[in-house]
Amino acid sequence: MSTKFRNVLRSLAALTLGTTTSLTAHAGFGDLNMTRGVTEISENIYSLHMTIFWWCVAIAFFVFGWMIWSLVAFRHSQGAKPDTQMTHSTKAEIIWTVIPVVILVIMAVPAARSLIAIEDTSNSELSIKVTGYQWKWQYDYLDEKVSFFSTLDRTSNETRQLQSGKDPRAVENYLLDVDKPLVVPEDTKVRLLLTSQDVIHAWWVPAFGLKKDAIPGTVNEMWFKVKTGKTGVYRGQCVELCGRDHGFMPIVVKVVTKDEFKAFVAAQKSAPPASAPAASGAAPTVASAGAGTPPRG
Amino acid sequence: MANTAHADHAHDHHDHKPHGLKRWLYATNHKDIGTMYLVFACIMFFGGGAMALVIRAELFQPGLQFVDPSFFNSMTTMHALLMIFGGVMPAWTGLANWMVPMQVGAPDMALPRLNNFSFWLLPFAFTLLLGTLFVPGGAPAGGWTLYPPLVLQGGDSFPFTIFAIHLMGISSILGAINVVVTILNMRAPGMGLLQMPLFCWTWLITAYLLIAVMPVLAGAVTMLLTDHFFGTTFFTASGGGDPVMFQHIFWFFGHPEVYILILPAFGVVSEIIPTFSRKPLFGYESMVYATASIAFLSFIVWAHHMFTVGMPLAGQLFFMLSTMLIAIPTGVKVFNWCATMWKGSISFETPMLFALAFLFLFTIGGFSGLMLAIAPADFQYHDTYFVVAHFHYVLVPGAVFSIMAGVYYWLPKWCGRMYNERLGKAHFWLSVIGVNVLFFPQHFLGLAGMPRRIPDYSTQFADWNMVSSIGAFIFGFSQLLFVAAIWNAVRSGEKAPQRPWEGATGLDWELPTPAPYHSWETPPAANILPKPGH
Repeated sequence: MSTKFRNVLRSLAALTLGTTTSLTAHAGFGDLNMTRGVTEISENIYSLHMTIFWWCVAIAFFVFGWMIWSLVAFRHSQGAKPDTQMTHSTKAEIIWTVIPVVILVIMAVPAARSLIAIEDTSNSELSIKVTGYQWKWQYDYLDEKVSFFSTLDRTSNETRQLQSGKDPRAVENYLLDVDKPLVVPEDTKVRLLLTSQDVIHAWWVPAFGLKKDAIPGTVNEMWFKVKTGKTGVYRGQCVELCGRDHGFMPIVVKVVTKDEFKAFVAAQKSAPPASAPAASGAAPTVASAGAGTPPRG
Repeated sequence: MANTAHADHAHDHHDHKPHGLKRWLYATNHKDIGTMYLVFACIMFFGGGAMALVIRAELFQPGLQFVDPSFFNSMTTMHALLMIFGGVMPAWTGLANWMVPMQVGAPDMALPRLNNFSFWLLPFAFTLLLGTLFVPGGAPAGGWTLYPPLVLQGGDSFPFTIFAIHLMGISSILGAINVVVTILNMRAPGMGLLQMPLFCWTWLITAYLLIAVMPVLAGAVTMLLTDHFFGTTFFTASGGGDPVMFQHIFWFFGHPEVYILILPAFGVVSEIIPTFSRKPLFGYESMVYATASIAFLSFIVWAHHMFTVGMPLAGQLFFMLSTMLIAIPTGVKVFNWCATMWKGSISFETPMLFALAFLFLFTIGGFSGLMLAIAPADFQYHDTYFVVAHFHYVLVPGAVFSIMAGVYYWLPKWCGRMYNERLGKAHFWLSVIGVNVLFFPQHFLGLAGMPRRIPDYSTQFADWNMVSSIGAFIFGFSQLLFVAAIWNAVRSGEKAPQRPWEGATGLDWELPTPAPYHSWETPPAANILPKPGH
């Protein structure tokens, strides 16, 4: 409890003083914008996001400038006399209808183009079925016949219990770590087939740019291709409310080289089905995906 | 017009009203019912606000300190249901009850007994809903959007929630019918539709939206009910149903619903800005047409709430483009408000301050809305705090600020006394600072990747969450000043003149202050009617 209290004090001090020394310990304040990510799509989305953002800033500059100008220049307290005859102007109405239309068209063209690219799942090199469960993910490498579950790591899980007395700041990658990450090769078009065994979930790794719902009875498609040289660990979370532990089913993807990936697949095949105990109990088999009746709590 | 006979009849029971509890229980007077609506909405705002503070207290720092995740989910769900159906919608109906008859020159609403019924459904609806906090399994926790299959996992709260939503829906439909009938049939003789104040116009359009979409919501939740209890499988994949179909039906209701919350705000702001700029509203007719176009577009944009469900490309393109179109009529409105202030003579009383905050902050919400419309970018924004920031910017400094602006603006006419300007300004500045500290950082959180509806988060999100929570407590507690300002005005405010605002025009300001119990017992004379297309 005391460490927690100290953390509160420290953060409050950082807030009130705003000193750079306190801020360096908390990189969070600098975390202001969308990630560029590590795929072509995510970079494309980032630039789309920034383009729209700057358009908005430009429009804001004009509109807010106009408002502030009026509020300063036409103050009653400064003896401003109202021009009560100024009530209508067809010319003005046309101008401020047409200009926004033009801006919207300028925005719509690149947006539509990138949407078309996002939806093109053809020519994928690796297909992985992703199944959402309350509250974990299952990954099936369809051609490699490798399958395992991926759940919140133990340290985060202990720390996140109500009044656990443990300090989340002491946990590395708090709530964003799993026991067994999804492993994919770089420079490979990976197609995900998303479905769910119970309620709707959504799979999202910000660095890959896309998210998509995992829906019972439906198989959704989504793809990503991590750029060469961008190997590493990328983290995300379930982003569709899926019940009590919605906040506790993270996604971790380990991007490796193609050779490392081959070794990973071989190791998975030779090893005894280590995922079986994790999948035991209530977790149904993959074959019945979408056939379950929702449990009635 | 048929209303002259009605107005003569009103003389028979001049200012004769029951006292005590009966006055309220049997109320048929539009002012009494309007007051009850507003008081009810205020109570719900504080209830929903308390829930928001539970949420922000838990999110003050990482780790779970106060509540179980299930209870947290109940709080987000109930907060939304209370604020939307208990707070904003009844507040608008309350304002419509007070102002529509006064503004169109009618003695009362067209259907007074229906009016009584539509109000008194609400306490029962919300008793049912709030009662679920105490049933086994707790209050609904599947989100206010009630997505199946999750919502079907609900415990005993499930049928209560559905029934409560039905009651709220009936209440809204009846209230809307009353507004439509009053506006179309009870305008003063000689008053054309394009002579009405914008508040009546926006409410008329809102009322049609309500009548169109509340039955759709009723249908959707009824299908949930039969799926849960009677073995149908509308939304259950194992029986051939489709959970995504619910989302389509829900958002066919849900998108017009958000305009139901905001269109009357446009009306209020269109009254207040001209008054305090001492200049008629610029582009009155284009304002009416823009409102109507927004209402029309609201029916064809619903699936922008569900870009991630896996729609065909053509569907995504259509909903992206149609959503972007909304920026055009909305822009027209903002530009017209700016042009109204241009070459005006502007003063900054509390109602104007709230209206100006609306103008600035709603525009910010509009920008984030435009960004969200871009489907590829939405794949990053969707279901993150960026969305939370967006809709709170349009709903809190948008809808809620304009409700407060309207209350400050018309309060002198209602109770015959002025509010304390210093108290009102203190309330305004604390609110406007609080609301920005609360919601602006949520843009950053969403872009950095924080999902919405989670009770605990990774430590990289800790800093801005703490700022946001501090803003929440400033904003929440400063609303007590609102109650204090109203209480103070009603009890001991200075006597208000007939036209407390120099630039106020319209039939509502032609009535004596305080407004008589029966508004226009004799129709207003033709020479005081607003000019067409003013």
